[in-house]
Amino acid sequence: MARYDRAITVFSPDGHLFQVEYALEAVRKGNAAVGVRGTDVVVLGVEKKSTAKLQDSRTVRKIVSLDDHIALVCAGLKADARVLVNRARIECQSHRLTVEDPVTVEYITRYIAGLQQKYTQSGGVRPFGLSTLIVGFDPYTGIPSLYQTDPSGAFSAWKANATGRNSNSMREFLEKNYKETSGQETVKLAIRALLEVVESGGKNIEIAVMTKEHGLRQLEEAEIDAIVAEIEAEKAAAETAKKAPPKET
Amino acid sequence: MGIRAILSSHLPNGQFGRHSLCLAAVGREIMKLDTSGLESAASLFGASSELFDGFATAPSFELPVTNDFDGFQKEAIQMVKPAKGTTTLAFIFKEGVMVAADSRASMGGYISSQSVKKIIEINPYMLGTMAGGAADCQFWHRNLGIKCRLHELANKRRISVTGASKLLANILYSYRGMGLSVGTMIAGWDETGPGLYYVDSEGGRLKGTRFSVGSGSPYAYGVLDSGYRYDLSIEEAAELARRAIYHATFRDGASGGVASVYYVGPNGWKKLSGDDVGELHYKYYPVMPSTVEQEMVEVSGA
Repeated sequence: MARYDRAITVFSPDGHLFQVEYALEAVRKGNAAVGVRGTDVVVLGVEKKSTAKLQDSRTVRKIVSLDDHIALVCAGLKADARVLVNRARIECQSHRLTVEDPVTVEYITRYIAGLQQKYTQSGGVRPFGLSTLIVGFDPYTGIPSLYQTDPSGAFSAWKANATGRNSNSMREFLEKNYKETSGQETVKLAIRALLEVVESGGKNIEIAVMTKEHGLRQLEEAEIDAIVAEIEAEKAAAETAKKAPPKET
Repeated sequence: MGIRAILSSHLPNGQFGRHSLCLAAVGREIMKLDTSGLESAASLFGASSELFDGFATAPSFELPVTNDFDGFQKEAIQMVKPAKGTTTLAFIFKEGVMVAADSRASMGGYISSQSVKKIIEINPYMLGTMAGGAADCQFWHRNLGIKCRLHELANKRRISVTGASKLLANILYSYRGMGLSVGTMIAGWDETGPGLYYVDSEGGRLKGTRFSVGSGSPYAYGVLDSGYRYDLSIEEAAELARRAIYHATFRDGASGGVASVYYVGPNGWKKLSGDDVGELHYKYYPVMPSTVEQEMVEVSGA
């Protein structure tokens, strides 16, 4: 087995591309990220590891915008993310130039996934060590979308998804609790999913909401704290309701 | 010692790759070019390696013996460039886009064909008109059709007229100065409604509501502009287009044959008519039988 993880262009005897799988491992070590699609809004959330005291936290932005109507969050190697995001931003503008139209979410996802795939089939390069969650609105139909890509270059659309650390628990939670929501409800669902794996509090969570009219908006710490408090209250109320015996006779 | 000048021009979308002119004058100077800034480019080509001392490995051809290096090329292109002997027009109106063209192909004073299809069907909802070099127009419209179809397959939606015209304009721009002769209009119907763009081989691209291209265009514009209203019906617009082409063929020697009229609506394009302009002439200006003043009578046998 060890012989098959040097040059990534080589398959292993049982059909694995080990470099791609190792890249997925790198993703699993990255910070937790979640995306939820609502009817009129898409929400991205990411875990914010506590910043060092001397670090300027404003320069550590995890949720980035690719264009006015498209945003992205990734889990994995941050340096790879920077390169990929730059190429995607150039492609968004290039598309606007050549066909005089903004990109659709699907187009830019296909481009990013294509880029990630290219690096699994070239000599001397390693795959990008990140999975991305891409959200946005279709510029023509106004329909919100959420897509995920991974280091192998595969992509697909999702109603809600999570990636990074403990993504399995987050995904399980979403599968159990997902329903079509809009506006603030979608934001709450995203935060609840993140709270499953992240320490509670506005300091540790970064949330961005994208709407068709206003584009991408990062929520303030105070806003997040308020919503977290709401969620805790709801949770507590649900607990007491469960514990108290039903009052009907 | 030889003078080595390597000029390489790299085209925007890299279609042609590198195409370079290499002048290797051994011993004598053909032209007094200042090559001091160009020496470093030689190493890029690898032409000046120790093994090939003094020989050029890149293809080379001789430069003409002239002082006006840039102007010479222009003259040659003008000589070969077919004058856009044709009349095509298109305009947007309330119901969609009307596209019309003649069908004469001329080589100087010789009419080579009276039945050329100058309206090219790019796809079921987009038309292109041909003016200039027939081969250039046909090939690049066909190529555009391929690109539009690929766009549809990849993006699961039709390409807009804006996008299609921009693709063509970018291609033509990358061949700028190489002798392509294309003066075309891209007409179609997309999600934003009717669209009309003029694209030419100089790389120009214009969005508009009324265009006429070709040697007969001044005459066509006269009729078109004076009869145009936005709220024409389809039949009225077709008649206006037909008359404009007829009048252009009447006065312009390089236009003639058949006046074809196409209509592009929300469901795609449809050919409305193809009338011989000779017949149209007698339809518009029928011969009135005039009263005979004197009649010649045959004199019976001498």
